[in-house]
Amino acid sequence: MSRADVCVVACAEAFRGDGEILAAGIGGAVTVLAARLARLTFEPDLLTHDGVCLLTGDVPALGERPEVVEGWLPFRDHLWLVLNGRRHVMLGASQIDRFGNSNISCIGDWARPKAQLLGVRGAPGNTRCDPTSYWIPRHSPKVFVPRVDLISGLGTDRGAHDLRRVVTNLAVLDFRTPDGSMRLASVHPGVSVAEVVAATGFELTIPEDVPETREPTAEESRLLKEVLDPHESREREVAA
Amino acid sequence: MSKVMSVEEVAAEVESGMTVGIGGWGSRRKPMALVAGLLRSNVRDLTLVSYGGPDVGMLCAAGKVRRVVAPFVTLDSIPLEPHFRRARQGGAIEFTEYDEGMFMFGLLAAAHRLPFLPTRAGLGSDVMRVNPGLRTVRSPYEDGEELVAVPALTMDVALVHLNRADRRGNAQYLGPDPYFDDLYAKAAARCFVSCERLVDTADLLKEGPVQSLLISRSMVTGVVEAPGGAGFTACEPDYGRDEQEQRRYVDTPWEEFREQG
Repeated sequence: MSRADVCVVACAEAFRGDGEILAAGIGGAVTVLAARLARLTFEPDLLTHDGVCLLTGDVPALGERPEVVEGWLPFRDHLWLVLNGRRHVMLGASQIDRFGNSNISCIGDWARPKAQLLGVRGAPGNTRCDPTSYWIPRHSPKVFVPRVDLISGLGTDRGAHDLRRVVTNLAVLDFRTPDGSMRLASVHPGVSVAEVVAATGFELTIPEDVPETREPTAEESRLLKEVLDPHESREREVAA
Repeated sequence: MSKVMSVEEVAAEVESGMTVGIGGWGSRRKPMALVAGLLRSNVRDLTLVSYGGPDVGMLCAAGKVRRVVAPFVTLDSIPLEPHFRRARQGGAIEFTEYDEGMFMFGLLAAAHRLPFLPTRAGLGSDVMRVNPGLRTVRSPYEDGEELVAVPALTMDVALVHLNRADRRGNAQYLGPDPYFDDLYAKAAARCFVSCERLVDTADLLKEGPVQSLLISRSMVTGVVEAPGGAGFTACEPDYGRDEQEQRRYVDTPWEEFREQG
């Protein structure tokens, strides 16, 4: 069992109970694998896509084309689906604060940024209309900041529709607190609570007993290794 | 009546200070041959409306741009666009930053000749803060919900690249995604289409099904045959993205890249 496998399964768990909606990973390896793994195991009604505009009838390996296509989702329909809401997206963030406000637009003052990043993309609409989770491959105080420079994705204090969880290379966090602020839900095997606290630039709610993130089942490990990601792209995405 | 033009003739139709919509998405089916025409012209102070890719980057690098209206600028396989970044970080351009869905509603509003369309996308985010001109509107029905009134993204000129077109401007996409090129054509006062190959009208349906006829000649002012005219961006099924050339674009100083052609 690798840390990357734990992260994929923790991301897959975000989709548990979602039923017949689109599980949308934003790209890379871990979020895409998570959606596909959930569909192949405990959430078989999920819809998943090929990363371009096909809804796949089968569940191909990362980077492989589907053999069966069950639907068409060009960008215009993807943007429709965001408003419709039958979609759970797993986003990335360059910065995220205590209430889950996230930034992918720029670092520094927006008027003349120190570092221009992507732009807000679909984060405002995604977080306002759809269940949203985050995958942060490098948990650090640079990412987990007291205040984000530009609010792209909404936090629980600014009208987020439903922020489910934040999965990092160290831990799983959620927003199950009275004021909707971030809570440490579990630490990955081999990670201490102190490590997570040190890597977080704001105060987390820490329960008395912090459970360990569950390990992949034998079947989940097999699916990742043999079916979904034989080239181990997930290992390159997860900081050690 | 034939509307066939050259790249240079299209470029000559674009004047300084105009608002120019550019089709495609990121580094996919961008009208790069038409963009190159603008790079060679004396035009400047453009406002670009684009799901941005190297079209935006190159025009920024060449000092042609006053304002960019976009939800992102990316090269897809390379997430950050180097010249757009430099222009932003150097304060060389103004930026109207919208959510992707807001942007689509702006195109839809312009295509339908409406002043705005309401949406939830953008509410609560800093898109509202950095675009102080944005207004909200309250539903006149029982729900009374407050929504963003996305203003129509009207434009003087739209530039799009499709797979096939006839000489009168009927244009066809053969790849998996139409992107928003039909909306740009409908939103703009004038639309210029470049295509991989001009075909006879009678042959359009030999190329693809009727649903692939994306843009009607009634929306088109001029059509240019430009094989490879989206390169290095993707133009499926005619060709994929030229990743090597895109990498060279990112790694090479702009003046050098431009001189090398």
